[in-house]
Amino acid sequence: MFRLAETPIDPAALLHSLGEARAGACVTFAGWVRNHNDGRPVEQLDYEAYPALAVKEGERIVAEARAKFPVLGIVAVHRTGSLAIGDLAVWVGVTAEHRDGAYAASRYLIDELKARVPIWKKEHYAGAQPVWINCATRGEHAQAAPPR
Amino acid sequence: MTLTIHVQYFAILREQRGLSRETLSTTAATAVELYTELQAKHGFSLPADRLRVAINDEFTAWNAPLRDGAAVVFIPPVAGG
Repeated sequence: MFRLAETPIDPAALLHSLGEARAGACVTFAGWVRNHNDGRPVEQLDYEAYPALAVKEGERIVAEARAKFPVLGIVAVHRTGSLAIGDLAVWVGVTAEHRDGAYAASRYLIDELKARVPIWKKEHYAGAQPVWINCATRGEHAQAAPPR
Repeated sequence: MTLTIHVQYFAILREQRGLSRETLSTTAATAVELYTELQAKHGFSLPADRLRVAINDEFTAWNAPLRDGAAVVFIPPVAGG
């Protein structure tokens, strides 16, 4: 299951929802808002999503992980809206009979979610204009992205 | 042929356009032609080769033909996580 959340993510509730008698392993990943990026102090973030396609693409990634790895349960949630330093931005939980499948699926999920799901991040700095990450077109913060 | 197209904007494109959605008439035959037209009109900073495009809430090839009534979203480089 992949979904977007406009309000704070509750990891304990998500973990509980993954409960499964056959599972011998549960791997969770928590992505937090950190107070710096690229050497610049960050004050807060805004996440914006294209909800219809974000959920479709997120569910596709979950289905891919299920096909590739021996897992039992998958829950992935990504925040939208304004977040403060230390807030939970994304949470991924995977259960499996054995840990190898759970670790591998967890890594696949977070990497693919970050690369493919239409969610954008705007960073706010002290004393500087906010920036949409990965969207610069000139200057030292421009990041080349391959055409897709 | 003139088509009626529904465009929705997100993130940097929403800010540069100054609105979230609009319905417009265009003679563009493909999504890339439509982006080129709108980029010239509104000064979008990102070139088409940095974007992806979705039509009717599904990723679509840039050169796919536009159909009347299509819902188009131009997708800037993503940055989840």
